Amino acid sequence: MADDQNNTTENKGSDKGGLKVGRRDILKGLATVPIAGALAYGVLRKARLDRLKALKSVANELGLNTDPIVGLPLTDPDSKTINLGLIGYGIRGKQLAQALGFAHPTMVDDMISGVSYTPVDMFRKQENLNIRITAVCDIFDTYGRMARETGANVNREGSDGSLGAELPTRYRTYQELCAAPEVDAVIIAAPDHWHGPMTMEAARNGKHVYCEKPLTWTVEETYEVRKVVKESGVVFQLGHQGRQTDNYIKAKEAYEKGIVGRVNLIEVTTNRNSGNGAWVYPIHEDASEETIDWEQFIGPAPWHDFSLERFFRWRCWWDYSTGLSGDLLTHEYDALNQILDLGIPSSAVSSGGVYFFKDGRTVPDVLTTQFEYPNRNLSFMYSATLASSMDRGKKIMGHDGYMDIGRSLQIFADQNSTKYAEKIQNGEIDTAEPIYIFTPGLAGGVDGISSATADYFAARGLLTTVRNGLEVDTTHLHLKEWIDCVRTNKVPSCNIDEAFEEAMTAHMGTLAYRNNRQIFWDAANEEIII
Amino acid sequence: MAVKEQNYSGCQLTWLVLLRVAIGWHFLYEGIIKIINPSWTSLAYLMDSKGFMAGFFTTLAENDGVLKIVDFCNEWGLFLIGLGLVLGIFTKLSAYAGILLVSLYYLSHPPFLGIEFAFPTEGNYLIVDKNLVEILALAVTIVFPTGRIIGLDRFFRINK
Repeated sequence: MADDQNNTTENKGSDKGGLKVGRRDILKGLATVPIAGALAYGVLRKARLDRLKALKSVANELGLNTDPIVGLPLTDPDSKTINLGLIGYGIRGKQLAQALGFAHPTMVDDMISGVSYTPVDMFRKQENLNIRITAVCDIFDTYGRMARETGANVNREGSDGSLGAELPTRYRTYQELCAAPEVDAVIIAAPDHWHGPMTMEAARNGKHVYCEKPLTWTVEETYEVRKVVKESGVVFQLGHQGRQTDNYIKAKEAYEKGIVGRVNLIEVTTNRNSGNGAWVYPIHEDASEETIDWEQFIGPAPWHDFSLERFFRWRCWWDYSTGLSGDLLTHEYDALNQILDLGIPSSAVSSGGVYFFKDGRTVPDVLTTQFEYPNRNLSFMYSATLASSMDRGKKIMGHDGYMDIGRSLQIFADQNSTKYAEKIQNGEIDTAEPIYIFTPGLAGGVDGISSATADYFAARGLLTTVRNGLEVDTTHLHLKEWIDCVRTNKVPSCNIDEAFEEAMTAHMGTLAYRNNRQIFWDAANEEIII
Repeated sequence: MAVKEQNYSGCQLTWLVLLRVAIGWHFLYEGIIKIINPSWTSLAYLMDSKGFMAGFFTTLAENDGVLKIVDFCNEWGLFLIGLGLVLGIFTKLSAYAGILLVSLYYLSHPPFLGIEFAFPTEGNYLIVDKNLVEILALAVTIVFPTGRIIGLDRFFRINK
């Protein structure tokens, strides 16, 4: 390059002389080609190293991949149409209807205007399950009317659109709905104290049941519900949509492959910090003694004079509710029961109190519960608060590693692991980095800029975002699984046996709290011992 | 105005070529890494966009079809710009394209006061970040061109 001026002279000369390209031109023109070659060599080396690293990864060695979970096949439009009856059209009832593909026009308006959390495209693109809502039942007139309009809104349009189907029949009682010939199956989204009686009524009428959690309100009815459901042969699904969560499915796979070794402690949590999260739900302006069938609301519960608070915020009173244990511990428990096949614990202790929401409620807003599984050599710890939103995830601790399940699943090797001692020693495993990471919707390890950034994103679950408006709603998948089972007469994932375990476990937690003592489970006699 | 290429001293030319090739190397490697990773997508980066143009970038990410085009243009854009700068072929065009591409990165993640990104950064930036420095460096390679001296563009000059 130092002789560039000479070079320029040389070029001028060559232009005149008609000689186009000299030896020096070729050298200078191609001077940087070897640099591109060096880079190509570097890329090849890196690709080989990456391949080697991937092959040597622990998860890979144990056969754990990040392939997406294969979902159920799409509903055949020629399949038998299932006629559904909705019992309860409160907050959860509306959500379930939406997950089935039916929303009230005003709810669609909210989706269109962006008030609703659900984008309207996501709702409209949700798979058609080939079902009809033929009957509804809600003891509050406004909800009953809305439920009918929801059931008829097959066009998924807003207030300015047309409904597209006939209005379903509104029954005044759940017994009448369960007896109705135009109903094949029912969705139960009533308060906790009604879950058992309604499930049994439906099953006795030969109607398949999807019931919200928990299965029951009392210990006694739990045995009866299981018996009736089993004898009737109906397809039963309990509403723990976590069964459809990809993370849990992968976590189960990892646990069964022994990646974390012997699990000895599980820590699960609930954190909420809002009036809504603490069950202080809004009271509808139309609500009054004239528009609500109060006697039917009370049902098996102890009598109480008409109360709008109790009607809309029933979760706050043991009279109708199972508290944190039934509402939120059950979600955590069912996830872990799915992953580790835990069954009912041997014992439970609980403590807590009404520490934040001094609104007259009887159920605690802060609760800790510990279940023992001596037969599995592990303890299960649950803690909840309705007045702090610190997100703590689910932690499964084993001797060789631990899992952290949030919106993504991360598995770390334990620094004192026996299984991985050699790999940690020779540097193949860095215990500060996950040995496996899976984020739903991010299968294959989608890269942002580098793999480190992708891991960071996955940990924060930031990528489970909208892609063409098709974020997967687990409740939709859970309902779909149940409807598929109704068609094929198969057993869904959260069937009556799982539901029995869920209810008994929740009741043990509640009884431990209410009796302020350790509660035991007699497995041989299937009995709770206080 | 661009300086006449033949007037550089040897030292000037050396550093200008090194600058051009280094930027090219950076582009080229980023492009190749993305091309050889079939699951690479700009989705996360676009969804993390902040600032006054965030809406535009997230809209690109939310549509699967558009996102595919964006990913394709980004991968091959990086590759071709990088190759152009390293080999000194279509050098000026590559530099302009590079400025355009990096400006988009800059605008999607502007290092302005009060904006925080989920993407971790390896330094601290206020208005000026490495993207902006690279944009400016590319501008330097445009006004101090070297492709026709050291690079394949030399053959175009000779053949004229």
